[in-house]
Amino acid sequence: MHSNDFLLILAFFALVLIPAPFLGRYLYRVMEGEKTWLSPVLQPVERLCYRVAGVDDEREHDWQTYALALLAFTLVSLLTLFSILMLQGSLPLNPQQLSGLEWTLAFNTAVSFATNTNWQAYSGEAQLSYFSQMLGLGVQNFVSPAVGLAVLVVFCRGIARRSSNSVGNFWVDLTRGTLYGLLPLCLLLALFLVWQGVPQTFQAYVTAHTLGGTDQVVPLGPAASQIAIKQLGTNGGGFFGVNSAHPFENPTAWSNLFEMAAILLIPAALLFTFGHYVKDLRQSRALLACMLILFSIGLAGTLYAEYQPNPALAALPIEQGASLEGKESRFGTTASALWATATTAASNGSVNAMHDSFSPLGAMVPLFNMMLGEVIFGGVGAGLYGMLLFVLIAVFLAGLMIGRSPEYLGKKLEAREVRLLVATLLVMPVGVLVFGSLAASLPGPAASVSNPGAHGFSQLLYAYTSGTANNGSAFAGFAAGTPYHNLMLGLAMLLGRFGYILPILAIAGSLAAKTRAPVGSNSFPTHGPLFVTLLTLTILLVGGLTFLPALALGPIAEHLTLFQGL
Amino acid sequence: MFKQLRPAVSVLAFMTLITGVLYPLAVTAVAQLALPAQANGSLLHNAQGAVRGSALLAQPVAGAEWFQARPSAADYASVPSGASNLAPSNPALAARIAADAQRWQAEGQGAVPMELVTTSASGLDPHLSPAAARYQVARIAAARGLPASRLEQLIEQHVQAPLVGPAVVNVLALNLALADNPSLVPSE
Repeated sequence: MHSNDFLLILAFFALVLIPAPFLGRYLYRVMEGEKTWLSPVLQPVERLCYRVAGVDDEREHDWQTYALALLAFTLVSLLTLFSILMLQGSLPLNPQQLSGLEWTLAFNTAVSFATNTNWQAYSGEAQLSYFSQMLGLGVQNFVSPAVGLAVLVVFCRGIARRSSNSVGNFWVDLTRGTLYGLLPLCLLLALFLVWQGVPQTFQAYVTAHTLGGTDQVVPLGPAASQIAIKQLGTNGGGFFGVNSAHPFENPTAWSNLFEMAAILLIPAALLFTFGHYVKDLRQSRALLACMLILFSIGLAGTLYAEYQPNPALAALPIEQGASLEGKESRFGTTASALWATATTAASNGSVNAMHDSFSPLGAMVPLFNMMLGEVIFGGVGAGLYGMLLFVLIAVFLAGLMIGRSPEYLGKKLEAREVRLLVATLLVMPVGVLVFGSLAASLPGPAASVSNPGAHGFSQLLYAYTSGTANNGSAFAGFAAGTPYHNLMLGLAMLLGRFGYILPILAIAGSLAAKTRAPVGSNSFPTHGPLFVTLLTLTILLVGGLTFLPALALGPIAEHLTLFQGL
Repeated sequence: MFKQLRPAVSVLAFMTLITGVLYPLAVTAVAQLALPAQANGSLLHNAQGAVRGSALLAQPVAGAEWFQARPSAADYASVPSGASNLAPSNPALAARIAADAQRWQAEGQGAVPMELVTTSASGLDPHLSPAAARYQVARIAAARGLPASRLEQLIEQHVQAPLVGPAVVNVLALNLALADNPSLVPSE
């Protein structure tokens, strides 16, 4: 590693962590309906939205109504996106005259974007019109993270409020999160990306006559605006097929740094939003410490593994160093490993290098990050509510150990909450192990793997992990675009989204209804190093251990074959 | 749930207008006014105004007298772009690299740089490390009848070394310099 590698890592952490307290406080004010410096511009827009929708923004709802509104919105989103993708051939803004998608692919893509997964079974530049990208995928890129944010603030209110039946108004949370939270940041990032070389035009593709005498089609489109929200909204669905590895999607080392920091910017800030809700920023710092520990271990592991030369190439007359197969020269090994760690710690799923060609252990870290449920920063809203579930589990375990009834920030955890918590623990194992082994044991679906041996199994495991965790990154050699995988991965994504959201809304509703006992000297403190250690171990043992056998069959077996010649 | 359908439909329609229409239009307007070159794909034109390519996309050029870009798994296809996705343990990867390395070794000295035998993630990687460009100097110098030092100098002039990333040279920029500069044209 050179000095610019260390500088990159340092700049990345600085860009994520320095704005976090300020952005976190801003987002708290936004979600609680307070005035911000953008209110003079955005408030009329916001009012107009409520008037058009017939929403009374003063009125809050109980958790059941909130959940129904969220489900109705997702259902309408799914149907709309599905129709756009099927009908794009007859819709405007289609200079390449692309036809509609096949129905299982349209279903998969609609679910994928409405659940903030952004799994790409399609290739953008070859299959989607500008209309589908902008008015279909682009819109879901905004509203699906806003839904995650809404669920998170409901959880925060559940802890902060006392004896309350109401948890908020879904339409207000959704609108404010999108307008005040995501939109201004996207405008800034989009223009920065254009400056670095990302196209932003409605022109048709251009044909160039190259030096070699052949013709080359230069794909264009309104890319920068979409890539900005793809990164900031932890979406990850690329404008171009190879995502942020494409020189148009990510042209320079600087665009790479900012796109990478944009993945974790809002998730890191939301830790502080949570601290403002519970009026205790020590809680934010404790959760941040836990996330940074897990992130750093993962990053160190990926970097170490990616810098090892591939033993299979040891006898060849080539430079013996880090493999650059599936990596871009302008990023090199460090930026590729850092991106892979960040994109799977969050539920982003964009890539700037091909994880399929990573070393076995270098690719195991992203896989493991997703298996933990993406709680290391995680998706917008989704990461922190996943983390808070682990916090409640850790508190419950601590309660069992010291023999007193568990409570978190003055809220008692009782049988109902614990039952719901355990239900969420089943989501990842069901999606990954049940759906994954089903696909592995059917001859047709299993034939989608493109690499032999243990790595083939890793490809399949990665696909179902990515789908259930709502990540969207892939071992891209896996032929995911078959009707079976389109449908089953679509189901896995729905399970991974609503298997968390519904229990969380229920837990939030029941927490909000409780009184909040004063946190006394007898309470188990949840901000010190002891709790951070307990929480980290809980995540690794409760979240991770389930998947050890599967990892042994995939990346670990491949590593042993490759490095020990077993 | 039915009571929620009206706000669901209208909020989605409203958000489509704001985030799906107005937002990309606003970005496009600013980009086209302030940064038209980048916003339209960083296109390179010749004196007659015809498009020769994009500064950001690699293009294949056959012949010993040109700098070769990194190999592309999709054969430099731009619609759609693609990678090899070969696993490190896949025997096909080692076999391909062995064959390519043998070819490269015939023209350069020492171990073949990694970039020249591995396919990029996009298949359109426009860059090489300065070392991988220098590895090709002997061949190009011979084919063009130029002193190697002149080509070394050309590479040095084109090195971009950002603070937060590896140093690279743009292969298309090198080749265009070779094509356009009369002092670099082969002396027959």
